[in-house]
Amino acid sequence: MSVTAPSMAPHDDLVNLAERLQQADRDGSAIRIEGGGTRYFTGRQVTGEVLSTRQHRGITSYDPVELIVSVRSGTLLQELEASLAEQGQMLPFEPPRLGEQGTIGGMVASGLSGPRRPWAGAVRDFVLGMRVLDHQGREQRFGGEVMKNVAGYDLSRLMVGAQGSLGLITEVSLKVLPIAGTSRSLRLEMSRDQAMQKLSVWGRKPLPLSGATWHDGALHLRLEGGPGSVTDTAAMIGGDRLDDRYWQQLRDWQLPLFSRESLHTDPRPLWRLSLPAQTPPLPLPELEDAIQIDDWAGCQRWLRTDIDATTLREACTRAGGHATCFTPGHTTPFTPLASAVARYHRQLKQQLDPRGIFNPGRLYPDL
Amino acid sequence: MNILHDARLDGELVQHDRAEVLAALSRAAPGLTLLHREEDLRPFECDGLAAYRVLPMLVALPETLDQVEALLRKCHEVRVPVVTRGAGTGLSGGALPLEQGVLLVMSRFNRILEIDADARIARVQPGVRNLAISEAVAPHGLYYAPDPSSQIACSIGGNVAENAGGVHCLKYGLTVHNVLSIDVMTIEGERMTIGSSALDSPGFDLLALMMGSEGMLGVVTEVTVKLLPRPETAKVLMASFDDIEKAGSAVGAIIAAGIIPGGLEMMDNLAIRAAEDFINAGYPVEAEAILLCELDGVEADVQQDIDTVRGVLETSGATGIQLARDEAERARFWAGRKNAFPAVGRMSPDYYCMDGTIPRRELPRVLKGISQLSEEYGLRVANVFHAGDGNMHPLILFDANREGELATAEALGGKILELCVEAGGSITGEHGVGREKINQMCAQFGSLEITAFHAVKRAFDAHGLLNPGKNIPTLARCAEFGAMHVHNNELPHPELPRF
Ligand SMILES: Cc1cc2nc3c(=O)[nH]c(=O)nc-3n(C[C@H](O)[C@H](O)[C@H](O)COP(=O)(O)OP(=O)(O)OC[C@H]3O[C@@H](n4cnc5c(N)ncnc54)[C@H](O)[C@@H]3O)c2cc1C
Repeated sequence: MSVTAPSMAPHDDLVNLAERLQQADRDGSAIRIEGGGTRYFTGRQVTGEVLSTRQHRGITSYDPVELIVSVRSGTLLQELEASLAEQGQMLPFEPPRLGEQGTIGGMVASGLSGPRRPWAGAVRDFVLGMRVLDHQGREQRFGGEVMKNVAGYDLSRLMVGAQGSLGLITEVSLKVLPIAGTSRSLRLEMSRDQAMQKLSVWGRKPLPLSGATWHDGALHLRLEGGPGSVTDTAAMIGGDRLDDRYWQQLRDWQLPLFSRESLHTDPRPLWRLSLPAQTPPLPLPELEDAIQIDDWAGCQRWLRTDIDATTLREACTRAGGHATCFTPGHTTPFTPLASAVARYHRQLKQQLDPRGIFNPGRLYPDL
Repeated sequence: MNILHDARLDGELVQHDRAEVLAALSRAAPGLTLLHREEDLRPFECDGLAAYRVLPMLVALPETLDQVEALLRKCHEVRVPVVTRGAGTGLSGGALPLEQGVLLVMSRFNRILEIDADARIARVQPGVRNLAISEAVAPHGLYYAPDPSSQIACSIGGNVAENAGGVHCLKYGLTVHNVLSIDVMTIEGERMTIGSSALDSPGFDLLALMMGSEGMLGVVTEVTVKLLPRPETAKVLMASFDDIEKAGSAVGAIIAAGIIPGGLEMMDNLAIRAAEDFINAGYPVEAEAILLCELDGVEADVQQDIDTVRGVLETSGATGIQLARDEAERARFWAGRKNAFPAVGRMSPDYYCMDGTIPRRELPRVLKGISQLSEEYGLRVANVFHAGDGNMHPLILFDANREGELATAEALGGKILELCVEAGGSITGEHGVGREKINQMCAQFGSLEITAFHAVKRAFDAHGLLNPGKNIPTLARCAEFGAMHVHNNELPHPELPRF
């Protein structure tokens, strides 16, 4: 019997997961939820007993005509994507694949989206429903397998990006979309300013844009749509052909700036800035020699820099955005919340996880 | 019938003397317009669900955020419930007043504060009408995508509170997909900005939580929306069918062909005739069903999609397919659909609009079920759908002046919603639970989920002062309601005490 590859056969591990949570709730002991472990560094470190979702796996329903798939949280992201691709469909938000073991639970709990996000939407925009185990291991079902549903509060979207601190996600229903018929990638040499100006003009037109990244003196564009619009737009825009694999490298953090090797070897922290559209470069001299990639038409900026966290965050906040540090072990990866907002975060956590067992401290020390 | 707040089933409310509350609020919020005479309160006694009417204790019409804050603080202090109202077009009684409560009307906050065409966002006050945003940004070639049929009247604050959708949300999303941030005031008068003009924010996704929360968690005081470039072209195909189930299947077939139409709507014969009679949209009155399929985007792609969809419709057995020849005809086709409710309203003294959603594949079966129920209850039902996303609007025709007919209509409506839940769907796709569907919530959710909803409510409004008796039923209500509705001999919520 092979012991190397874990079985991918569907498996329902609900009973076991529930028992573990009940035990933790009785003891008031912390649980560290783990999927594939590929996103462990996208939050604060949690000390607690590891509860793995990996045995709770499998696609529970997929009807391509409905454009909806339901999948257990321990299912591998690559497995889901392969099943969708067989039907010519995809997860439009392009979640980064940071390792082959990445799971759907991790994808949802960390809430990261890829290059198509500004045009297609983020993970949360495609979540339709969820099954969640509460702090006493009881399964609750929010949302559902329909496109529209406004019954009750939207607790499934609340779980997206909550880093597993409100409950254990056991199953997710997602809206999926057909893969675009035609795709073309372009590279245009130009300054950052020029790129932002162009993007502003193009943004007001109904062009089939689905990726826009500036770095190293060039704007990288992706067009996706019908053959007619893609060809016409490419002709209008000009520039050089770019290898389509660029977008996969960007999405999966394989460009030199954030390759997994440099995540551990480059001493400078990796920062992700999220800023309003058309925000000019931050007026910080410390950033002049930083390595930087401006993705999402400038709304998401990746930086490697030694800059002091507070200085960087203040500049982002002034610009109407925020900054996240993705270097493992960082004590405050997420921008601290405004006091009123923080208060309602604590109250929500207190209400939904009164014994504080779910990934305590993962998001913020007091959550 | 759930009109009046029932302390036993909805929770106790503190009783107050109107004059005292009036005096306290006038002192707390100088300059605040407060209505208290019966004739002044009358126009506010209901929202778009006109069968439900209650006179509020007081109506407040603030013009500044300081007034809103002072009012909320005072109401919180003395424990007076507050029901927020936008334009009052809601169809589930979400803005239905309380006899013991203040109705906080946000309609005077009707200014567009900022349009940033480069960043493609607009910052507006909550009372701004949905359509007014698209009109204001039109000179920049932009628009605000969610387009509820009530868009000339409904407010953006109400849209946020209901997570409103429209005929184009299959492709462009609901309110939740098109709002970047909101300012909210809690019942304690605390101000918060949730979300930002960036594409995400740290912490929990409170923005998603607030969407569709029906004025239960806070008062929306400002909204920043995302704007989209107007599609270069939009074409609409109208297909007629001699069989409604064939039309239902065609909907799935279009999506299966890899096409996401800008809008994909369906109407049955009764709705077609009503609309034709009212608007002269050019609909085929003898058809059992029509589909309106809008394809939008860049000219070259749209042409190709039209050919594909045409092929699919032919294979699906459409008896006629018509492409709107020009913009005027396209507008006419849509006018028929957008006016379907009032059109049906002309056929009957009253109508009751349902809002269930189902997986698309269940359309044929649920349609059959609805027509059986319609016969069983002896009331006509016209069907209008956002077919592309499985959101049905069965319109039940009745006459409230006939003894017992409203109750029959409500009972029939309840049955239709239960049918939707049983088909794997939801009791509401876009109109919200409000007061109307408070009992059906017990059919859709178990007591665990309902308990979780109450926990969320407590995190924002510990004393239950914002819109009490709406949206989330108490477990006591579910126990009572559950006792009345027994499925397969199984009591829902068996763990609850019976009253
Ligand atoms: C003919 C007709 C067609 C319709 N078509 C559609 C449709 O296609 N799609 C759709 O989604 N809806 C539709 N509706 C329903 C309705 O228009 C929407 O629900 C709309 O969003 C309600 O907005 P409003 O401003 O009228 O809110 P109101 O009716 O005043 O209030 C609705 C709810 O929102 C809360 N609320 C209002 N303002 C605020 C605020 N500032 N802060 C916090 N809470 C607030 C209220 O307490 C209440 O619970 C239709 C209604 C009619 C009459």
